[in-house]
Amino acid sequence: MSESQKIATRDAYGKALAALATENTRIVALDADLSQSTKSVECAKACPERFFNVGIAEANLISVAAGMSTMGKIPFASSFAVFITGRAFEQIRNSVCYPRLNVKIAGSHAGITVGEDGGSHQAIADISLMRSLPNMTVLVPADAAATRWMVQAAAEYEGPVYLRLGRFPCPLIYEENREFKWGKGEILRMGKDIVIFACGIMTAAALEAADLLAAEGISAAVADIHTIKPLDEEFILEMTSHCGAALTVEEHSIIGGLGSAVAEVLAGKSDAPFARCGLIDSFGQSGSPEALLKHYGLDAETLATRVKQVLAQKQA
Amino acid sequence: MNFANAEQYALQMRREIIKMLAASGSGHPGGSLSAADILAVLFRDEMNIDPADPQKADRDRFVLCKGHAAPALYAALALRGFFPVEELSGLRKLGSMLQGHPDMHKTPGVDMSTGSLGQGLSAACGMALAARLDGLDNYTYALLGDGETEEGQVWEAAMLAAHYKLDHLIAFLDHNHLQIDGCIEDVLSPEPLPEKWRAFGWWVLAADGHNSESIKQALREAKAGSGRPVMIIAETVKGKGVCFMENQACWHGTAPQPQEAEQALAGLYSKENSSAQA
Repeated sequence: MSESQKIATRDAYGKALAALATENTRIVALDADLSQSTKSVECAKACPERFFNVGIAEANLISVAAGMSTMGKIPFASSFAVFITGRAFEQIRNSVCYPRLNVKIAGSHAGITVGEDGGSHQAIADISLMRSLPNMTVLVPADAAATRWMVQAAAEYEGPVYLRLGRFPCPLIYEENREFKWGKGEILRMGKDIVIFACGIMTAAALEAADLLAAEGISAAVADIHTIKPLDEEFILEMTSHCGAALTVEEHSIIGGLGSAVAEVLAGKSDAPFARCGLIDSFGQSGSPEALLKHYGLDAETLATRVKQVLAQKQA
Repeated sequence: MNFANAEQYALQMRREIIKMLAASGSGHPGGSLSAADILAVLFRDEMNIDPADPQKADRDRFVLCKGHAAPALYAALALRGFFPVEELSGLRKLGSMLQGHPDMHKTPGVDMSTGSLGQGLSAACGMALAARLDGLDNYTYALLGDGETEEGQVWEAAMLAAHYKLDHLIAFLDHNHLQIDGCIEDVLSPEPLPEKWRAFGWWVLAADGHNSESIKQALREAKAGSGRPVMIIAETVKGKGVCFMENQACWHGTAPQPQEAEQALAGLYSKENSSAQA
């Protein structure tokens, strides 16, 4: 993990999309007046003829992208996660997922680390919404390298994809040319006492928590669940069985997100102690990203405490 | 199947619509019958489509924005040879290629899955944008309901089409004045529709939606090239062709009972001669 350099996944997305669009003329990019923020502006600069601003109209954004995909284009539609998955939910359902069209949906500014803009702009249910739709794939990159791979992989895959991106610069976890596997959990750190399943920027926080725990003699494994759907069920069961306890960590509501997805896998198949970290059925609020992470218990110290609480159950 | 003209084609479509709705026991006759003549002109005469190659790349596209009028689209496609007419009796039944609302993966000739009102015109805009990128000279057609224009997304699409000057996008408005809960003017008036579309930057034309010559004349004007997307506001009658269904909102989404279907078909089969002369 490189402490020196931090890159927001939205920045990695903009660059990766621009590079890919330059190579592949089937790629088109659409945005709803947030291209400077979602970084789809990079694609607009690289391939202006294949960039379409639809104005502040997220519903139209999705259905226009759907129409383009029927003509053989590979549309990447970008906006804030809260609007693109919420305002346009039914367009994603009926114009994209129901006909299984080849539309890629990029939701940036996901989670509470949007920060000062506050609760209205912090997507805390987008994973839940997208995961519930048949035919949808849900990807959450943990860093810039994962984002680059996901943009490429999403374009190669035929079907709807949701890509969850953040504004908050996060540490680089993966080496530049890491070979990721679609639908597979990534072990970042092996351990024997508990496994922490994380996604997005929480992956770096989980690694940091594992360092803190190691200093206390607790061996925590950390896994990046970058593909939340289809979920690597076998991996989740194996790791939980191996460690005997599990914790999920996400910058999202614990209702419907990674925590719920893992709980659905473990239910009836594992009696290992298990807990979920995330927003406890609440919206976010204004504040600096760092202050918000601490306030909602998503900083490394609080995660380490949560791990110890779960382990106490294990020993009981 | 050969038909002497679009009128004969539309008449047979209406018969098939009644037959398939009676067989399924559910569905939407009113708005299917009001759209029949427009679809007859498009699918018999106007569109560059090939039943032997439903996916050919340079074909004209059609989006049935008011997806509940699926029986009209299915009849138009079957009579054009996209699939056997016998399939029509499977409408809305388990395992059928004919879903309650159009499904592009199940039915040959359907270019976009629709059913949720307000989304179709946006998809048609996407098709027209992509066609332009590919240098195609094809047309993208869309058919909207008048009640459907109460959906805000329709106007998002209207702005986009005008902004991007999608002059190969030709939309029809099936202006039958009725929606499920009553007259559009009473439920939530979208009027004045011609003025609104004009204000949104479209080239607006008027047609008699039950007169094929009037529809064709509007299409000729639409293709003359205005540099703008075209909206043809087609004046229609909901339930057209079945006397007891005409102008009745209650026939929006109710299938005819066997006796009613018999009565409707008797009327439609008696029209053979008068319609052939029209």
